[in-house]
Amino acid sequence: MSKPEVDVRALANLARMDVSEEELQKLERELPAILSFVETIQAVHIEKSERNWSLRNVMREDENPHESGIYTEKLLAQAPAQKDNRVVVKQVISRKK
Amino acid sequence: MDLAKLTIKEARRALDAKEYSAVELTDAYLDAIKKKDGDIHAYVEVWEKEARAQAQRADEKIARGESRLLTGIPMAIKDNILVESNIAAAGSKMLETYRATYDATVIEKLKAEGAVFLGRANMDDAAMGSSTETSHFGITKNPHDHARVPGGSSGGPAAAVAANMALASLGSDTGGSIRQPAALCGVVGLKPTYGAVSRYGLIALASSFDQIGPFGKTVADTEVVFEAIRGHDPRDSTSLPDLQQDASRPKKIGVPRAFLEKGSEPDVLAAFETKLSQLRTRGYEIIDIDLPYTPYSLAVYYIIQPAEASTNLARYDGVRYAHTVPSETVGEMYAKTRATGFGREVRRRILIGTFVLSSGYADAYYRKARAVQDAIRTEFVRMFEYVDAIATPTTPAPAFKFGEKSDPVAMYAEDIFTVPANIAGVPAISVPMGDVERDGTKLPTGFQIIAPHRAEEVLFTIGRDVEGTV
Repeated sequence: MSKPEVDVRALANLARMDVSEEELQKLERELPAILSFVETIQAVHIEKSERNWSLRNVMREDENPHESGIYTEKLLAQAPAQKDNRVVVKQVISRKK
Repeated sequence: MDLAKLTIKEARRALDAKEYSAVELTDAYLDAIKKKDGDIHAYVEVWEKEARAQAQRADEKIARGESRLLTGIPMAIKDNILVESNIAAAGSKMLETYRATYDATVIEKLKAEGAVFLGRANMDDAAMGSSTETSHFGITKNPHDHARVPGGSSGGPAAAVAANMALASLGSDTGGSIRQPAALCGVVGLKPTYGAVSRYGLIALASSFDQIGPFGKTVADTEVVFEAIRGHDPRDSTSLPDLQQDASRPKKIGVPRAFLEKGSEPDVLAAFETKLSQLRTRGYEIIDIDLPYTPYSLAVYYIIQPAEASTNLARYDGVRYAHTVPSETVGEMYAKTRATGFGREVRRRILIGTFVLSSGYADAYYRKARAVQDAIRTEFVRMFEYVDAIATPTTPAPAFKFGEKSDPVAMYAEDIFTVPANIAGVPAISVPMGDVERDGTKLPTGFQIIAPHRAEEVLFTIGRDVEGTV
């Protein structure tokens, strides 16, 4: 497969992570180097018959909830900002177009 | 008591015979930490007051005749395992002030045993690394040579045991993070079968690889801790059901020669060969085997692990835990919090993970890696129909110097012999196999044994024979 286009800025956006100009330049060298290294798996040919392992989701029954509020204080104590028994966040949905 | 000679077995005997108390034993370790850890820095935080209180309760348990195998035994706990009310920072600025709101299952089990927790042990940032150099809290030094790394990401737990600042410790292994530091520090380290030990309360890195496991000075000590922490846990959906394992004696050990000779230092290979000869005299049959897919494990790992890590670390958004950078908008808060809370290696791997999961690339990278993982796992299962265990050196070389592996890919290559076991989900152990010399200093090396799923017993049996031939 051809050398992939690594748009570091776009990836940083997807990852919700700021990247400085300086770091961007370093990453534009480092990420393709890492990808070259892992691309060796492209050379592996897998027979369909060799796929043996199926994964299944393990879920528990949605029952027996714990008493509401018993962990609230402990959990809130770890949040950077809390008010009235709630975690404080910046507005996520805006009314502006 | 002589901490250098002490084992869990001996401490148990002496404690139950009242030769010394659990408080005296804990004090001896706290003293050792005061004397040596200013230099080595295996611990991020020492829990002196709590440790003494736990030791006191252990003494009461012993006095009532209720001592269990680990009652009063002083241990170090890796910084990514939750101990309620204590900080669990996973070596990261992101969680620098985070206090655990519950006990990990393994901690609950150790508390029931009456073990003593001396403190939280240092690790690479978010468990990403093979040297503990990326810890937000500073480096840990290899007790055998202070100019060299202890390995990672569980460098702290390994160094604590190696320097007699803990009698045993808990680490975690995702790509070799217990076994590689065990090898570099000259102690025993076990990665259990995926699912054998509960991950509830382990700060997640790569959820399909992570396992908590013990460090000990001997195979027997490591086995004792494993027995205490293993078991099905309904709170971990990937936890395996309890199983009585068939304990038939292992006889055949497979060695994938072509694979391990690539890039291994000659004296490490020589030490490995010597160990194999010694095992032959103990009645083992050593067979050359070929594992054609296994050499792809490293590439598979550095696709799947960053993918899972990027997903797991998405939860660190400045809203619910510790580190945050208050900003005008929620998007800015995410972006600034995550840019400043994670170290360079973590940011690098998050971006790799984002890439291999992204539209247009996920098939070629992530899904292909999963297919190759399938093939590697099948290869192991089939090979174990012919041999009882597989052996390799744990690492291609002894401990390297600080700053020596600044190129990310060079650092990743440290994991070449350890990642296959994580990819296949099988258990593996590193046992010291003798020293090699670098710049006039003797440095430990490790002998890795890999066993079939659920066959930790095989690791302990062969491991004891590896030990016995020193």
